[in-house]
Amino acid sequence: MSLNEEVELLRNIPLFAKLEPSRLKLLAFTSERITYEPDQVLFHQGDVGDAAYIIVEGEAKVLVETAGGEIEVAALGRNDFVGEIAILCDVPRTATVRATSKTVTLRITKDLFFRLVAEFPEMSVEIMRELASRLEHTTQKLREALANSG
Amino acid sequence: MSERLERSMYSFVLRYSRRQQLYILAFVVLSWPIGFMLLDLPKQIINRALEAKTDIFQLAVLGVAEIPLQVSQSVFLIILCCIFLTLVVANNALKFHINTTKGRTAERLLRRLRYGLFSRVLRFPIPRFKRTSQGEIISMITAETEPVGAFFVGAVVDPIFQGGLLFVAIGFIIVQNPWLGLAAAAFYPLQIYVVPRLQKKVSALGKARLREIRHLSDHVGETVGGIVDIHANDTSNLELARFTDRLSNIYNIRFEIFQRKYMIKALNNFLDKLAPFLFYLFGGLLVIDGKLDIGQLVAVIAAHREMSSPWKEMLNWYQQQADARVKYDQVVSQFEADGMLDDALQHTDPDPNLTFDGEIDLANVSLVDEDEVRRLANLTLNLGFDTNLAVVGSGSSGKEYLGLLLARLAIPTTGQLKVAGQDLVALPESVTGRRLTYVATAPFMQSASVRDNLLYGLKNRPLRPADYDDEEGPKRERDFAEAARTGNIEHDYWADWVDLEAAGVESADALFDCLIEILDIVELSDEIYNLGLRGTIDPDHRPDIAEAALKARSGLADRLEETEYGGLVEKFDRERFNSNASVAENLLFGTTVGDAFDHDRVAENEYVLKVLHDAELIDDMLAAGRSVAETMIEIFADLPPGHEFFEQYSFISSDDLPEFRTLLSRTEKHGFDEMDPEDRAALLSLPFKVVTAQHRLGVVTDELVVKILRAREIFAANLPDELKGAVEFFDSEKYNAAGSLQDNILFGKLVYGQAEGSRMIGALIAETLDSLGLRGAVLEAGLEFQVGVGGSRLSSGQRQRLGIARALLKRPEVLILNESTSALDPAAQDRIAEKIIAMRDGKGVIWVANRVSMAAKFSKVAVLRDGQLVEQGTYDELNSEGTTLHELLQSS
Repeated sequence: MSLNEEVELLRNIPLFAKLEPSRLKLLAFTSERITYEPDQVLFHQGDVGDAAYIIVEGEAKVLVETAGGEIEVAALGRNDFVGEIAILCDVPRTATVRATSKTVTLRITKDLFFRLVAEFPEMSVEIMRELASRLEHTTQKLREALANSG
Repeated sequence: MSERLERSMYSFVLRYSRRQQLYILAFVVLSWPIGFMLLDLPKQIINRALEAKTDIFQLAVLGVAEIPLQVSQSVFLIILCCIFLTLVVANNALKFHINTTKGRTAERLLRRLRYGLFSRVLRFPIPRFKRTSQGEIISMITAETEPVGAFFVGAVVDPIFQGGLLFVAIGFIIVQNPWLGLAAAAFYPLQIYVVPRLQKKVSALGKARLREIRHLSDHVGETVGGIVDIHANDTSNLELARFTDRLSNIYNIRFEIFQRKYMIKALNNFLDKLAPFLFYLFGGLLVIDGKLDIGQLVAVIAAHREMSSPWKEMLNWYQQQADARVKYDQVVSQFEADGMLDDALQHTDPDPNLTFDGEIDLANVSLVDEDEVRRLANLTLNLGFDTNLAVVGSGSSGKEYLGLLLARLAIPTTGQLKVAGQDLVALPESVTGRRLTYVATAPFMQSASVRDNLLYGLKNRPLRPADYDDEEGPKRERDFAEAARTGNIEHDYWADWVDLEAAGVESADALFDCLIEILDIVELSDEIYNLGLRGTIDPDHRPDIAEAALKARSGLADRLEETEYGGLVEKFDRERFNSNASVAENLLFGTTVGDAFDHDRVAENEYVLKVLHDAELIDDMLAAGRSVAETMIEIFADLPPGHEFFEQYSFISSDDLPEFRTLLSRTEKHGFDEMDPEDRAALLSLPFKVVTAQHRLGVVTDELVVKILRAREIFAANLPDELKGAVEFFDSEKYNAAGSLQDNILFGKLVYGQAEGSRMIGALIAETLDSLGLRGAVLEAGLEFQVGVGGSRLSSGQRQRLGIARALLKRPEVLILNESTSALDPAAQDRIAEKIIAMRDGKGVIWVANRVSMAAKFSKVAVLRDGQLVEQGTYDELNSEGTTLHELLQSS
């Protein structure tokens, strides 16, 4: 896959959608492309977070370790952005991500991510928007859950 | 050279070169009559052979004898000319001989002096090095001795030679007229009185300057040593200012020296010219009075002129000798120290009958350091040779001094320290350095291979002579003879020094096994193994390892084919483009040696350009270059200049980016054909750096790949002879001397961006090597790893473990470790200590521990506090409420 195709792909990710093409290209060019075989792990729960991943191709699942064993909490596919919490909040990985098929990712290191954010303020606005919408999403879920239980 | 260095330069010169000086002097005197004849013969040729008309010619010899010759005029001319030619040859031969003899004598003296100084450095009391810096010592032994050496020979011969000439001239004048003779020499007493007084001040300044220069080299040495902290503290300005300050001092001193030196010269010149003034005045009056004839006056003035040159030379010589003496005194005085180790202690071989067992016995031992601080006080301790002792205490307990004392690296100020009933202080280093062994916290590493550093402790004396061929042998013999003549040591550095017996082995092969065993004990073998994989070897030097690597290469290839790992490596194939290698690597299809094909500048190489041209690749590469440049400008143009992304990711530096922008617009207008060569080179250099799989720039098209493969063929086929050494081609059947061992085994590139690819392939390589029984070969290659200056290419933990391994290899009766594992993690420290105690099997280990809890591993514990031994016993005995050990354990 060439750089231009990767740029197209990044454009489909809400977080990056509004960035100019040249910045998307910078993001694509400066991030490493890593291929995982099925069952290989992108990162483990509890690890120190040093990078976020964009799934370019393939599928992966998000697993959380609990006392009762591993629970799959989400499935990831093309265009999904994963692992950003650990680099944003400096907390250990909150889940394990394991490839379920042959998976190609763009690996954006913490350094690179923060430098991009610092360099291009429009990106931080996008991130805020994304996080706010996620918060809204979970709050709504919580509200529903409370309503159902109550 | 066990005696003191001569205090004065003259006693040194006379002591070691009296005979040569006399020899040179004899030849100098011999040259005088020849010189006289050479001046005299032309006169004879004109006056006697050309102008006279006679049958008997007189040949004048040295103005005293006349030899009558009955020959024709032309024969006489030929005879005179032949004599002239002979004398010219003789004169030059003599001068040549005198000069080489002088040079050789000077070099021998200098060599003796330097050796003497260096041997003193090795015997300095160790605390001395706290006050004398490395930079100063280096500057003294190298730079400061050099002008002294140059002066050595002239010291005696020159004044005699020039003085002789001077006296002849004065004598000549006195014979003509005693009064004028006195007049000619009238100012000499004044000069002899004044000049040394002026020179004294110059010498004092010379001393000051020397001191400043030493500080300067000291400062340079310090800067190099502390470079990391200078950067870390942003103190480069401070250092520059300090350096500038020193340079100012030197400048001021130098300027004053110049002023005074040339003042002396000017004064002398003035007085020199004053004499002719007196001649004209008083001589003229004498002529007018008829007391002197005019011819005599002219002769006297001519003679005075003859005097002035040797006089000036004498003066020069005087200034030089004053300078050389200052330097000599300054250097030599720095190399005399109290408490210098007796020379005999270093050169005495161990007594073969010395049995070294019994006890180590300290009775009331105290140690006061050079700052009058009491480090250890009244220590009384008795240890069997088989004791495992941990010495513990806080940082200020003085525990490290106990280690130094036991290894005789510090001398007790008072008290008795006996080992096996013998006074430790009086034992030669051949005993204290072999039977006892001390491992420092930061062990010394030579800039050599790991193996050399391991074997360092076994190289006490040359044991087996080196094997020289017929050419080398006589040369070595001459070197030894010369070394002996100048009092240097007579051991051959190139002999085999490794003491196999001390290591308890019989052959070099057994020594290797022993090395590996010890590296396992200090947990260094895996790291040495990795160094071996990443290092290069010389296949001519080690054909066995090269062959093993080729075996591993095909072994790995089989494994890659059998397993799913095959996709992790893209192998080199002459017929195929390697998308995980750069375009430059693909074109060269080999490893560069030297910088002829340096990847950053490969586009400037004329041969490469010719190859590109022949493969009709120039335009394609320029187009690719343009495309790369466009992408780079698009991506990086918005970043501020100097942003770190440029260095990390961009093909074009931020400084060059605007230039490329204008370059692109120029090409757009005029096309590639009219580009100037600089633009061309700039644009061409870009695609060479592209690694297709990694950069995904899409510039390396299928069409380009075909052409690059053709260029690869052309490149290899027409490579000119002078460039053949600059690239080592990838050849599946051949070991590549320029690549690392790992590259040779892999024979390809790791595929970009495969998760954990590097780790998996690493494991596969290790597995392959193990299954082929080649681990030893890799370890051997690892032992050849060059550790760098002071071992800087190793981590501090690696250096520490290497230091311990070096000591273990010697199998000393007593092993003393001074916080020797402090750079390792606690678990590793404990493991290594346990393994060492087990390996020593009853032989003593004295461990000055950096962590108190390590004491639990030892059979005996000594606890120090403020230089006093406060507790000793077993760990269990001492580890109870209220003891110092307990307190230390609690607080650690």
